Amino acid sequence: MSSRDHRLARAVAVAVLAAALGGCTAPQPWVKPYEREHFADPIMSFNRDPVSSVYLDHVFESREGSRGATGAVGGGCGCN
Amino acid sequence: MQLAQGLDEARAVRAGEARVLTPFSRTLLALCVIGAPALGGVLPEDRADVMWHNYNGGDITVQGPAVLVQKKVGDSFSFSAGYYEDMISSASIDVKLSASPYHENRKQENVGVEYLHGKTTYSMGYIHSKEPDYIANTTFYSISQDMFGDLTTVTIGYRRAWDQIYRDIKQPNGEIVNDPTFHERADHRGYTLSISQILTRNLIADFNYELLTDQGYLANPYRKIRYLSPGQGQGFTLADQVYPNTRTSNAASIQMKYYLPWRASVAGQYRFFRDTWGIVAHTIEAGYTQPWRQWVFDGTLRWYTQTNADFYSDLYPYANYANFMARDRELASFTDWTVGAGASYQFNVPGAPWISKSTANVRYDHLFIDYKDFRNALLAADYGAGNEPLYKLNANIFQVFVSIWF
Repeated sequence: MSSRDHRLARAVAVAVLAAALGGCTAPQPWVKPYEREHFADPIMSFNRDPVSSVYLDHVFESREGSRGATGAVGGGCGCN
Repeated sequence: MQLAQGLDEARAVRAGEARVLTPFSRTLLALCVIGAPALGGVLPEDRADVMWHNYNGGDITVQGPAVLVQKKVGDSFSFSAGYYEDMISSASIDVKLSASPYHENRKQENVGVEYLHGKTTYSMGYIHSKEPDYIANTTFYSISQDMFGDLTTVTIGYRRAWDQIYRDIKQPNGEIVNDPTFHERADHRGYTLSISQILTRNLIADFNYELLTDQGYLANPYRKIRYLSPGQGQGFTLADQVYPNTRTSNAASIQMKYYLPWRASVAGQYRFFRDTWGIVAHTIEAGYTQPWRQWVFDGTLRWYTQTNADFYSDLYPYANYANFMARDRELASFTDWTVGAGASYQFNVPGAPWISKSTANVRYDHLFIDYKDFRNALLAADYGAGNEPLYKLNANIFQVFVSIWF
């Protein structure tokens, strides 16, 4: 391997290392804390009234064949 | 559920710290936050809900109370407790075909605790449900981590449930008791991954994935299959269902919510479901929320469709046709629509300064299910077995509840 190849290999290694280390850098928050005021409004909650959403999940789970991925944990039952 | 609510509220409260501040204070707060990256999350608010629910459809009425209370203790713990009851009066199409109309109660209690340490929230809980012929015990655990400047919350969870299934029979004297020859069990495990992501200053998204496995007795012991028996009775004969003893399902959903310029929000959700029984389902839901003075109005539209289970049939050609046979209409092929509307009114409670906020709420949903391969077997005498009209279900769902924050 020539010295030119060595230099090229070193350059590639440095570039790969830099890219790898760059990937370890935590992304910077692009929505600053002071820009999140709308998420404080209850109308932006996915689950504003848990007692109500748990009940509706229970109704759908009793009538339909699918379940899961609703964000809720319900108690088992023999409901049909 | 307590977990999901906790995440929402934590994010809302955290973001709310900047809501009432002047631009100068916001900048100051932002600098403080940047300078203190270890700032922790927030536990759910102290809150209590009391509800009455009513479901009426398909000659079934299910109604009862529900209570949910959440209370912080110190800076690191939040406890929750709930009670839920179904008072069931059923003369459904399944009951009319193969059993007797009945009344029974189902009672459920649940407790939970959340522990906050830095940006990590640990949750666990227990749910106990009891019916005369079904007892279920469920435990659940999860760990939630805020990251990337609190724009992202990642949650992993696990749940385990143990069910005991009985079958009620009517004694000659009319008394209803558990059949001493029938006692089955079912075990369930669930694994969840949730990612909540603030995308822009007006848009938030939630992704949920859940793997569920079941093992044991998974059928309904009261329902029957039917098979053709020309020349006998109504042209069919009833027989016991035979289900597989295992089931594994995968469900993934994504939901997004957007804050509109005139203080309102729109939401959309899609969920995909598939299981080892051959059911594939899609759910699409859209919602709109509009505050007006002391009111908040909600409107939702939900569409759901599923294919049938591989071993489902409305009418088998002969007895013992297959190893597994089912006629539970939850395993049939169908499409349903749900249209819902709700109103919430915020009011003050005089003489109770410890109540910081209170709301009175009503909600109505109408569910319409259009079955593709589940026929109204009660009409077999008129139409002939296998030629009956397809069954349709209309159900009205009411909720009335009061919530207080303290």
